[in-house]
Amino acid sequence: MNPIIILHAGLATGTILLFAAIGEIFAERSGILNLGVEGMMLLGAMAGFSTSLATQNVWLGLLVAILAGGVLSLAHGLVTIHFQADQVVSGLSLTFLGTGLALVFGEGLTGQTPPLVPSFDIPLLASIPFIGPVFFEDHSLLVYVGYIFAPLCWYFINRTRPGMHLRAVGEKPEAADTMGINVYRLRYLYVFVGGCLAGLAGATISLSVSPGWYSSQTTSGQGWIAVGLVIFAQWDPLRAALGGYLFGALRRGILDLQGPSVLLGFTNPLYINSNYGFFLQMMPYVLTILALMLGSRAATRKRLGAPAALGVPYIRGERGL
Amino acid sequence: MPYKLQFEKRVEDIPKWLPAATSLGSVVIAFIVSGIILKLIGGEPLRVAKFFYEATFGSWATFSDTMVKATPLILVGLACTIAFKMKLWNIGAEGQFYMGAFFASTVVLVPLVPLDSPKVVVIGAMALMGLIGGAVWGFFPGYLKARFNLNEIITTLMLNYIAVFWNNFWIFDRWSDAGFQMTPVFEKSAWLPRITDYAREYGDFIAAGGPLANFLSSIGLDRISGMTLHGGVAFGVVAAVIVWWMLARSSWGYEIKLIGDNPKAARYAGLNITRNIVLVMMVSGALAGLAGMAEISGVVHRLQERISPGYGFTGIIVAWLAKLNPFAVIIVSILFGALIVAGREIQPSGLSQLLQGIILFMVISSDVLLRYKIRLVRSQAVTEAA
Repeated sequence: MNPIIILHAGLATGTILLFAAIGEIFAERSGILNLGVEGMMLLGAMAGFSTSLATQNVWLGLLVAILAGGVLSLAHGLVTIHFQADQVVSGLSLTFLGTGLALVFGEGLTGQTPPLVPSFDIPLLASIPFIGPVFFEDHSLLVYVGYIFAPLCWYFINRTRPGMHLRAVGEKPEAADTMGINVYRLRYLYVFVGGCLAGLAGATISLSVSPGWYSSQTTSGQGWIAVGLVIFAQWDPLRAALGGYLFGALRRGILDLQGPSVLLGFTNPLYINSNYGFFLQMMPYVLTILALMLGSRAATRKRLGAPAALGVPYIRGERGL
Repeated sequence: MPYKLQFEKRVEDIPKWLPAATSLGSVVIAFIVSGIILKLIGGEPLRVAKFFYEATFGSWATFSDTMVKATPLILVGLACTIAFKMKLWNIGAEGQFYMGAFFASTVVLVPLVPLDSPKVVVIGAMALMGLIGGAVWGFFPGYLKARFNLNEIITTLMLNYIAVFWNNFWIFDRWSDAGFQMTPVFEKSAWLPRITDYAREYGDFIAAGGPLANFLSSIGLDRISGMTLHGGVAFGVVAAVIVWWMLARSSWGYEIKLIGDNPKAARYAGLNITRNIVLVMMVSGALAGLAGMAEISGVVHRLQERISPGYGFTGIIVAWLAKLNPFAVIIVSILFGALIVAGREIQPSGLSQLLQGIILFMVISSDVLLRYKIRLVRSQAVTEAA
C-alpha cells in the first residue's frame, strides 16, 4: 500500500486509457461515434507485438500498431460516412472484426518476448522528492509522451484553426460545409486518427505496460472503459488524461488492498480468503459506472454535452430533420 | 473516370425479398472473404469448409450438436431483437446470461424448492429464477439510462464483467465442489430432458416396426442415443412466437417501435419513454437470463466458469442479421450455432469470431441497398448534357 507505487502504476496504466480516449475524442468531436476501440486496441496490441518480435525493432512495432488501428478504423469510416450505416452497430462489428483478426493473426504469440519500449528516468526531475519517483522515474517512453500529448491535443482542438474546423464538423456540419470545409474528408481523417491512437494504446499494453500477448485478455475491456472515459471527460483531452491516470491509480490501489494482513486495525478479509479478490476485480467496472453517473450530473448542471452532430450521418445537399 | 456510382434515394417501398437477399449475400461474401484470409495465412479454405459442413450438418448427431449451440443463441438473439427495436443497445446479454444461470443455480444449491419434487416444479422454478436474474441485470442499465441518461452500451458492458466475477466468486468459493472451480453436479430433477434420455424407448419403438418407424430409419434416424438436444430449444421457439406477437400485434410492441423510430413523436403522443426503457431492458435481460438457465440445466448441469463462449455478443449479430425478425432469429441462430460447433475444432481459433465480424460488417454495409438504389452512370454524359 505504498502511495508512490500506486501512483506510479496509475500513470503507466492510465497512459493506455489516455491514448485510447483521446483518439475517441477526435473521432467523436468530428461527429463519428466509434465504439470499435476495443477491437482496434486489440489489433494494435497484436500487430505491434508481432512486428516487434519479427523485426526485433520496437519502433517499427509501434508504427505498425498505429497503422493497424488506423486502417481498421477506415472500415468504420467507410460504412458510417459513405453508407450512412448506424454508427453504434458498425462500431460493434468493428470490435468483432478487430478481435477476430487479432486472434487469428496472433495465434502462437503467447509466451514470446519481443524488444519492448524502453523505460528510463528523466534527469534532475527524477530527484525531486515524491514528485520525482512518481512522475519521472523508470517510466516507459510512452508515459512521457502522454504527458506532452494530452495538452497538445487540447491546444489543437481549442486554439488552432484546424481544431476549429474539427469542432465545426462535429457541431454543425451544414455550416462547416458552407464555409468550404470538406466534411467527409475531415470525418475520415479524424476517424483514422482515432484508430491510430487506439492502435497505439493497444501497443502501449503489449509492448510496455503489461508486455505480452494474452489473446483477448490483453485488453480485457479497457477499450470500453476508454469509451466511457470520453463521456466522463466531456470530450476534453486534458480531463481524459486526468481521468485515465486517476482510474489507473484507483485500479492499482484496489488490487494492493490484498497485500497487508491487517487493514485499519482489522484482520484483512482479502488476505485470509483470496476469493474475495473477485470483488476487487469488479471494481474498475463498477467505478466506470459510478464515474459516468457523476459525470452525467456535472454535465447536466453545466449544460455540457456531446458534439451536436455526434452519431448523425451528414448527407450533402440534404437537410436534416 | 467515364463511369461513376450514383446513389438514388428509394422513394417506393423496398421489395419484400431484398432484406433477406442482402442478409444472405452478406453471409456468402463473408465466407468468401474469410476463405481468402485463411488462404493468406496458409490454410486450406476448401478443406476447412468441408470439415465445417461435416461437423455441423453432416449427420443427425452433429445437427443435434448444432441445435444445442443454437438454443441459447435463439433466446439471446430475441433479447437483442426486442431491445434493438427500441434502439436500446443492450450489449449486456452476456452478463444477463451469467446472472440468469446464477439465479437458476440458487434453486438447486440453496435449495429454493425440495429437490425430490417433480421435474416440472424444479425446472419451472429454475426458469423463473433465470428470467428474474436476467431481468435484474437488465434493470440496472435501464434505470441508469432512464434516470441519469447514462449510455446503456457502456453500462451493460461493464455489468458483463461484473457478472462474470460475481459468478466466479460463488464457483470458486461458496459453491465450489471439493475445491474445483465448479459447483457439484445438479440433481437429475434439475436437468432439462434431452433427446438421448429417451433412447431406450425410441429403440423399442423402432424395433417394433410400423410405417413411421420404417420412415424414421430410412432417413437415418434409427437411433437417437447421444443426441444432447434438450428442452431449452422449446423455450426458444415459444419465446420467438411470443416476441413476434408482442412486436407485431400488441400495442406495447407498437409503442416500442414508435419510440425507437421517432422518440420525439412518441413523446408528443404521450408515451412514457422512461418506463418503457426500463421495461424493455428488463424483458430483454430476462430472455438472456433464460438462455443462461437453459444452458446450465440442459447442457452443463452445474454452474462453472465459461458457460458461454460469447453467446451474448453473437446474439447481437444474430439479431441484426435476422433484421430484427423473431422467426428469422431462429434460422440465423442455427447458422451461428454451426459456426460455434465448428469453431471449437477449426484452427486458428479466432476464425469463427473473425467470420462473425465480417458478416456483421457486410450486413450493415448492405443496408445502404435498402435505402438507396445504386446505379452505374456515365459521368461524361452528365457533364456534356449540362
